[in-house]
Amino acid sequence: MQTERDWPLFEIFVRARAGLDHKHVGSLHAADAAMALEHARDLYTRREEGVSLWVVRSSDITASDPADSESLFEPARDKIYRHPTFYAIPDEVKTL
Amino acid sequence: MYTQGLDAAGADARADSAASDDEAALLQRFQRRVDAEEKIEPKDWMPERYRSTLIRQISQHAHSEIVGMLPEGNWITRAPTLQRKAILIAKVQDEGGHGAYLYSAAETLGVSRDQLIDQLLSGKAKYSSIFNYPTPTWADVGAIGWLVDGAAIMNQIPLCRCSYGPYARAMVRVCREESFHQRQGYDIMLRLSQGSAAQRRMAQEALNRWWWPALMMFGPPDADSTHSSDSQRWKIKRFSNDELRQKFVDFTVPQAQFLGLTVPDPELRWNEAAERHDIGAIDWREFEQVLKGNGPCNAERLAARRSAHEQGAWVREAASAYAEKRRARGASRAA
Repeated sequence: MQTERDWPLFEIFVRARAGLDHKHVGSLHAADAAMALEHARDLYTRREEGVSLWVVRSSDITASDPADSESLFEPARDKIYRHPTFYAIPDEVKTL
Repeated sequence: MYTQGLDAAGADARADSAASDDEAALLQRFQRRVDAEEKIEPKDWMPERYRSTLIRQISQHAHSEIVGMLPEGNWITRAPTLQRKAILIAKVQDEGGHGAYLYSAAETLGVSRDQLIDQLLSGKAKYSSIFNYPTPTWADVGAIGWLVDGAAIMNQIPLCRCSYGPYARAMVRVCREESFHQRQGYDIMLRLSQGSAAQRRMAQEALNRWWWPALMMFGPPDADSTHSSDSQRWKIKRFSNDELRQKFVDFTVPQAQFLGLTVPDPELRWNEAAERHDIGAIDWREFEQVLKGNGPCNAERLAARRSAHEQGAWVREAASAYAEKRRARGASRAA
C-alpha cells in the first residue's frame, strides 16, 4: 500500500470567475486526485478565490527546459511583421 | 524574521569558489538576471549557496507557521465568544495554510516534504523564537495578532519581491491573508483597553510580555549579522534587520498610545532630529537562549507538534487506504 511518505505532488489551478482561464496557484500533496481536490478547496479557496478547480499530478506535466529558452522563443523576436503595428496605414484609411 | 537562525547556521556554507570558468560565467549571468529584477524559477541555474540559503530560509519560515498555530490554538476552546472562536479558528487555519504554501515553495528547490517535516519533528530545524513564549491570558491572543503578525507583515511584504519566484508568489498569498490576523488582534486589544480595570490590566500585561520578544523577531542587530550580504546581493532580503525593526517600532508605538497602553521600555523616546523612535537595549542573551532551545516553551511546543503528528498517523493511513481502494475499484471497472 502507498504510505503517506509517497503521496504525490499535485499542481492546483483555480478559475476565479466564470469566463476566466484556470490559473496555476500552487501545489500540494495528496493520496489521489479526489483528495487533492478536497485539500485544494481548503488551501486555495478559503476566501472565495474561485468557482472551479483543476488538480494535475506534477509528474504528468512536461515542461520546457530553461536552457532551451533561447532556441525556443527568440526566433519570434525578429518577426515583428506578425504584429499589426508593423504596418503603417495612412490616416485617411478608416476601420482597418 | 522567521529565519533568525539563518545567520548562525550559515557557517556550513562556503562561498561559491567558482569550480570552473563555466560556472563563473553562469554565476555572472545569474547575478545579472537578479540585478535586472528578473525572477529565478525552479529549473533555472542557480548557485548552490543560493539554493541552500533559500531552502533554509523558506523551511524555517514554514516551520514557524506550523509551530505558530500552537500558542493560539490553545485558546480556541476558551475564546470568550462564539464569534471570537470562529475568527481564531480561521486564523489558525490560515497559519497552517501558510505553512503549506511555504513547504511547497521549498520543495521546488529539490528538498522533500518528508525531509522538512522530519527536520522539524527531530528538533534539528529552527523556527521563530517568538513561538516559544506562553499565552497565559486571552489578551495574549490579541497581542500576538497585533504585534507578532504585525512584525511578520513588516518582514514579509519585502519578501513578495524576493528574487526566487515560488517564494515571492507564496508570500504574496500570505500577505493578502495576514492583514486580517493583525487587525483581529488589534480589535481584541481595543476591546480590552475599553473594558474594566481588570481587562485593561490584562491588555497591558500582554503588551509587556510580547513587546521585547516581538522586536527580537527581526533577528540580531545588523552589526552582528555577518551572512546577510549574500542574501541582499541575491535580493532574497531587501532590508536589514535593524531597518525593519525600526519601521515596526515607529508604526506600533502610536497604536499602543491609542489603546492607552504603555510600551514597556523606559528609554523609548521620539528622536525629533532622526524622525524615529529610539529604543532601549534589547536583551540578546534571552534571544540566544530561546533560539538554543531554552525558551519558556521550546520543549512544550515541540512535544505538542510531535504528538499531533503521531496522533494524526491513523488519519494519514486511512486516507492512503481509501485512495488505494478507489484505485482498485477504478482498475476493476476498467478491466
